[in-house]
Amino acid sequence: MKKIGPPVDRVDGPLKVTGGARYAAEVPVARVAHAVLVLSTIARGRITGMDTGKAERAPGVLAVITHKNAMHLPPQPTRETRASQGDHVLQLLQDDHVLYNRQPIAIVVADTFERAQHAAHLVAVRYEAAPVDVDLLRTRTAARAPHPPYHGTVAQTLPVESRRGDVAAALAAAAVRVEEVYTIPAETHNPMEPHATIAVWHGPTHLTVYDSTQGVFEDQRKLAASLGLPRENVRVISHYIGGGFGTKGAVWSHVPLAAMAAQKVGRPVKLVLSRPQMFGPVGARPQIEQRVVIGAGRDGVLAAIRHEGRSSVSQFDQFCEHFTAPTRALYKCPNLDTTERVVSLDIATPCQMRAPGEVTGTFALESALDELAVKLAIDPLELRLRNYAETDPETGRPWSSKSLRQCYQTAAEKFGWSRKKPQPRSMVDGKLLVGWGMATATYPANVRPASAIATLFADGTALVRAGTQDIGTGTYTVMTQVAADALGLPVEKVRFELGDTDMPETPTSGGSCTAASVGSAVHQACLGAREKLARLGNGGGADPSVDEPFAAQLARHGMKRIEARYDAKQLETRDRYAMRAFGAQFVEVRVDPELGEVRVSRAVGAFAAGRILNAKTARSQLLGGMIWGISMALHENTVYDPKLGRIMNNDLSEYLVPVNLDIPAIDVLFVPEDDPYVNEIGVKGVGEIGITGMAAAVANAVYHATGRRIRDLPITLDKLL
Amino acid sequence: MREIRYLSVAAEGPAIRALQADTDATYLAGGTSLLDLMKLEVLNFAQLVDVNAIPLTKIEVSNDGARIGSMVRNSDLALHPEIAARYPLLSEALLSGASPQIRNMATVGGNLLQRTRCYYYRDPSTACNKRNPGSGCAAIDGYNRNHAILGTSDHCIATHASDMCVALAALDAVVHTQGPGGERHIPFAEFHRLPGDHPEIESVLQHGELITAVSLPPPTGLRQSRYLKIRDRASYAFALSAVAAALRIEGNLIRGARIALGGVGTKPWRAVEAEQALVGKPANRATFTLAAAETVRGARTRPHNAFKVELTRRAVVRALSTIRGAS
Repeated sequence: MKKIGPPVDRVDGPLKVTGGARYAAEVPVARVAHAVLVLSTIARGRITGMDTGKAERAPGVLAVITHKNAMHLPPQPTRETRASQGDHVLQLLQDDHVLYNRQPIAIVVADTFERAQHAAHLVAVRYEAAPVDVDLLRTRTAARAPHPPYHGTVAQTLPVESRRGDVAAALAAAAVRVEEVYTIPAETHNPMEPHATIAVWHGPTHLTVYDSTQGVFEDQRKLAASLGLPRENVRVISHYIGGGFGTKGAVWSHVPLAAMAAQKVGRPVKLVLSRPQMFGPVGARPQIEQRVVIGAGRDGVLAAIRHEGRSSVSQFDQFCEHFTAPTRALYKCPNLDTTERVVSLDIATPCQMRAPGEVTGTFALESALDELAVKLAIDPLELRLRNYAETDPETGRPWSSKSLRQCYQTAAEKFGWSRKKPQPRSMVDGKLLVGWGMATATYPANVRPASAIATLFADGTALVRAGTQDIGTGTYTVMTQVAADALGLPVEKVRFELGDTDMPETPTSGGSCTAASVGSAVHQACLGAREKLARLGNGGGADPSVDEPFAAQLARHGMKRIEARYDAKQLETRDRYAMRAFGAQFVEVRVDPELGEVRVSRAVGAFAAGRILNAKTARSQLLGGMIWGISMALHENTVYDPKLGRIMNNDLSEYLVPVNLDIPAIDVLFVPEDDPYVNEIGVKGVGEIGITGMAAAVANAVYHATGRRIRDLPITLDKLL
Repeated sequence: MREIRYLSVAAEGPAIRALQADTDATYLAGGTSLLDLMKLEVLNFAQLVDVNAIPLTKIEVSNDGARIGSMVRNSDLALHPEIAARYPLLSEALLSGASPQIRNMATVGGNLLQRTRCYYYRDPSTACNKRNPGSGCAAIDGYNRNHAILGTSDHCIATHASDMCVALAALDAVVHTQGPGGERHIPFAEFHRLPGDHPEIESVLQHGELITAVSLPPPTGLRQSRYLKIRDRASYAFALSAVAAALRIEGNLIRGARIALGGVGTKPWRAVEAEQALVGKPANRATFTLAAAETVRGARTRPHNAFKVELTRRAVVRALSTIRGAS
């Protein structure tokens, strides 16, 4: 396998561009009825009355389900008893409490979508509303420690506090000190495809669900548990997903509600969230406030870092973005305190959003380091090199591989960083101010147990299956490549199938773990199939393809097929090494000094993330991440009405993300990296790292352009007037 | 599905008669605003009278001015060579609005009646005097970053959203209508109403009155112009502040000036006092700065939109100083 895999076109590309790829809501299901959610219009209180008569009498309506007539469910997990990171506390019409604005409070089912939608408008609700508290920066509610980690095993559950050395003493003795507060508003996931579910019952105890999900097995587990079914009675299918970004990483209320509705009307039910319904009940990045204190010598060598902050969470569930995680890992620093706190507000539960923790933490840390560099008059890149961590600063373990130095060098060279004039407002283009900024990117190399089955056929083709998902990242394509490589076949001879709980179990696609985890399983399953064939004899060694194609071997043995399954294990080297992907982001902005308008005019990112399976799909991931980082820096802001607790900018006209004109040509550079320890195929994953560091690089560039340090995202023009 | 009646007409007479016969009917032109708001159940008409087949699609430009049929699509108007040459302000304003797809549908008549993008107006679960008279205004003490600072009342601070209308205000357009009472020719400044006690009434149009055309006087001295739109992203966003400005400079003195503002007013905002402050003065930054201050005199701000005062001042200076011939 090459370090940088060939840019194979997406194997599912032709299906996608011709409409042949069926997304969850497009799966043809006979007699399907259409459901529309009714969402609360208050953020806290009780439902005192619901008039459903008009809706029930509306043409085509099959059922209006509320807490009065909903199926009675077995006890549901609470924030104290939940089983895993994805085990959200749901609102399944079991009582009259309202806990956040746009909480599902009824579901209307009709024979057509339009009729269901209109009938949903006809449901009249009376509330007893209580005052709400939704703004992290204005709340008087005290921050508290997050709830203890979930029961069961969750790869990404990290400590919310860490201490090393003596920060207070080191700060007191430090020659220079930076202490600043950085804030990030709630951000809302907006995958092109909204959440969509079709629920089909086969008798009273067996359920099939077509769902747009990042985790078919998590879906299966949660559906079974919430509905009181044995897990094996639930099958979840998810063949194509139009983006997830974390919001589809776990089951939200609408998924079991679709199943409940289908049971009620005795027909399959399709439920698709509208774009405004994406703003509330299906997660968001929490509001986060972070304080970073850095003490350093005049030479820029770090003496101490204190990184503490608080993030918003709902009143009834738990979630904590581990925004201090990158600070624990990025730089050599003998004294470190990190603390993560949460504040319960009258909002829906936040959840993972692309590079949770790493993206928010690097905004604060990499901004603060830039402030330190300014204070010391040291080049920001040089400052980072002076504090380069040759081993993991937290554990002292060696890195399985780390090529950050090469990333800095590659990106800086491409960008022309050495031509930077250090003074703010010193670079201009006509009347516009030009600013250059940089930041470090990082994301952990996650691997979770995954399984796969490889089948070799006598016609010389192979089929490889794993339950995993392709959330738009290119899983179909890269797994086909991994299998073809292990089998010594051209990619055209290999078919990879995914997205079905009837296939071997795999992890939820989140935390950049799919390529590494499923890829390793696919690789091993394919090697297993070859070995099995080899053991049949006549040919001897473990590498039969050298002498004889496997089709010929199968034919010789009179076999139509041979199959091998592999159940991936955590590699034991994972305990001996620290494992992360790293990168360097360089950004140029142009700022109108009078009007405050900021446009990114150039960006270069260089990344070392182990083996790159496909240069094309990997580039797309990194590019998409970098673009989202620009969006986070300049545009995204989920706005709550302070009294209603309702998200008011609930569509893509008012919730701003960049348009083409906002995004310049972006250079994505790969730094080749060979990592024999991280997993069987040496892959670290590229889904998340592209966004990390980016917001800080933009903010640092804005400072360089204007001399104004903006610590509150997004950097809108009013902050620069 | 809420069933509505739909009637397509090919001439003005039948259109007007259809609305006369039904107080709960309205005209459907490009539908880019109306259909959106009907899906949100913000607007709930019982009947739509589709006027797309009425041939009000001519653009006539002569030395006497221009006459633009009300069913001309925004993109056709913006790219019309003579409009672009003689009224560049109008072309620039049109092209700064919406997206190509929306501009291909949106009509001149419809755009005159474009509805506000106030979050609360668009959300039937909230109080809004414009949508539901007497229910209150959730925006005044709510989230009001995009809201108006000029022409507001205690009952409504919603911003008029159109870019085209800002240019038409500056160009002294006249709106021509045909209605139950015959023809009317309404000067642009009188076409839109301030919210006052009745924000639900946005224009002087009577029920059934059909916009047939918009006319423009000859662009004498208005070709040196600039439409400047400031927004939170580079394209496809509503204005935080927009300036339509034109100057007639003779020697070094300003002999004629037009300024209209978008994104800051409850209606397309003609800044007459600012224009007066320019005339007779030298075309320099000091003059522009004085005039800019006039544009926002009397502005009433809310916590999230207070920045629009300074932004608008700066935008006016920028627009004036980047007009060709101005220094």
